[in-house]
Amino acid sequence: MSIWEYANPKRFMQTSAWALPWAIGLTVVLLLVGLVWGFFFTPDDYKQGSTVKIIYLHVPAAMMAINAWVMMLVASLIWIVRRHHVSALAAKAAAPVGLTFTLIALVTGALWGQPMWGTWWAWDPRLTAFLILTLFYFGYIALWAAVENPDTAADLTSILCLVGSVFAVLSRYAVNFWNQGLHQGASLSLDKEENVADVFWLPLLVCIAGFVFLFITLVLMRTRTEIRARRLSALLARERVA
Amino acid sequence: MKALLLRDLRLAMRSGGGFGLGLAFFFLLSVLVPLGVGPEGGTLARIAPGILWVGALLACLLSLDRIFALDFEDGSLDLLATAPIPLEAVVAVKALAHWLVTGLPLTLLAPGLAVFLNLPAGGYGWLVLSLLLGTPALSVIGAFGAALVVGLRRGGLLLSLLVLPLYVPTLIFGAEVVRRGAEGMALATPLALLTAISLGAAALLPFAAAAALRVNLR
Amino acid sequence: MEIWVENLAVARGGVTVLQGLGFAVGAGQALILRGPNGSGKTTLLRTLAGLQPAVAGSISLPPEAAAYGAHADGLKSTLTVQENLAFWASVHGVGSVADAMTRMDVANLAPRRAAELSAGQKRRLGLARLLVTGRPVWLLDEPTVSLDTASVALFAGVVRQHLAGGGLAVIATHVDLALPEAETLDLAPFRTRTMARDGFDEAFA
Repeated sequence: MSIWEYANPKRFMQTSAWALPWAIGLTVVLLLVGLVWGFFFTPDDYKQGSTVKIIYLHVPAAMMAINAWVMMLVASLIWIVRRHHVSALAAKAAAPVGLTFTLIALVTGALWGQPMWGTWWAWDPRLTAFLILTLFYFGYIALWAAVENPDTAADLTSILCLVGSVFAVLSRYAVNFWNQGLHQGASLSLDKEENVADVFWLPLLVCIAGFVFLFITLVLMRTRTEIRARRLSALLARERVA
Repeated sequence: MKALLLRDLRLAMRSGGGFGLGLAFFFLLSVLVPLGVGPEGGTLARIAPGILWVGALLACLLSLDRIFALDFEDGSLDLLATAPIPLEAVVAVKALAHWLVTGLPLTLLAPGLAVFLNLPAGGYGWLVLSLLLGTPALSVIGAFGAALVVGLRRGGLLLSLLVLPLYVPTLIFGAEVVRRGAEGMALATPLALLTAISLGAAALLPFAAAAALRVNLR
Repeated sequence: MEIWVENLAVARGGVTVLQGLGFAVGAGQALILRGPNGSGKTTLLRTLAGLQPAVAGSISLPPEAAAYGAHADGLKSTLTVQENLAFWASVHGVGSVADAMTRMDVANLAPRRAAELSAGQKRRLGLARLLVTGRPVWLLDEPTVSLDTASVALFAGVVRQHLAGGGLAVIATHVDLALPEAETLDLAPFRTRTMARDGFDEAFA
């Protein structure tokens, strides 16, 4: 049996109906364990105090913000090459989730940055890159919303996702370059992962896994909703013709 | 293809408004910024490269939706799609025409406006060169955005939302060239990267834009 | 030179409007498409012109043989009649502008801007564009809209010359063009009654 059979909407609905409870369960357990462990059973950082604990939301959200875009890129490619409707709808479903993760990363970053750096916002390359990623998400979602015909919308957003990905990577490097150019050795840039000690690392891994499953759960649910919406409009169109 | 270029240029000349508007916008922005920021020469000199590049970019953005929308409305795009010119070439030629009536005049106007913004003497040559090398990228990327939204009735705002994030690398490298030039620093790297973006965009984006046009014409 | 269509299905906005369509038009022949508004005449012509993909079936038509004449004429109002035609002539690289203007009786309008023309004159200019493309297959969508009786007759004569020269035409029209060589195809029997199994429906129903 080919893997592409899962791209058949009917087949996808069956499989996802089976997988969804497991995904929800794993999400709840992993996030509960990871966050409780991280928030209450890790020592305060000697330098940053308890503010460091926002890392358990910030880092996983930031990672998933990028991974969601990568998933959309893969789904867009599958749509362009093989024209599986589920793929296009999964990309559509993932976009608002990815945008939300990006916003969570930005907001938790600001909350963390204020006590640490003394400012809510700095034009650090990483922060700037996330801001630009937010714009890409907004553009992608807006294009889906603006185009009426679903297949046209899927085609156009896929092309945008492909081109956007190239420019997003370019922007990431441009921003790195630009900040060095502006203020040499920016004191505010802080490479988070490198500073993390083992005590913080393990619960962080659990939280990251939790966010991965949260993403999977949300995308599955939203894709199912999109498929149902498409079925509904197909039925309505059929009724109009009949 | 030459005929298409000439036609687009002639249309731009006759319709007035089109590219004059972008130049006027660029001019106004360069006058308003000192009024808002204050007349202090040092401050203006420091922000001049960024302001000039942002101004040129926004002025370019103003006329993007005209690249394909007019031809779409009057049916020319359908006819061009069935003509013996490949649609990719149509996109490239129309982007070139857009650059000739916006990017190039903006580039020529920029040194004049740089006087208002007190750009250091060393920056003028680099300003012109960076705009000359960078504005083609703005036109090609803009043509791609315009191709995406050509079928939409109110595509203008959406076009800005789609195109602005794509403009980020061009803006950063372009302004960086001028900034470094004005301060007398080495600028080979941003200049090379800016050129690379323009060339890469001109080589690849017409294909993406033509694909988007075909989807929109269906 | 021949158009040959078999078991064709075409869709508008994701909904299949015509299916099971088959016909052949040979050199020197014309096919008149008839059917009420919304029956899919425009969609069929756009599909034949290659502007949109067929849902099913096959179209055999030599590449770059077709000139499409749509509702919109593709005229630029700020260009003169002469300039509008010269542009399309040089895009296609064949066909004489002067000849086309004479045959569609717009030669006396040559220096006028398209914006100053009446609807009927614009239409004649739009039809003159077909002549400068030099293409043998004409796909025309309501070509006689806003033409007066004399212009319709003029146009019918041009079509007849085109056919006599080995060209062919598929024309959606309600007007009787008085073309003896034309066959008429009523699209009504091919209208989709049940929703066809196009990509959209197949995947989701």
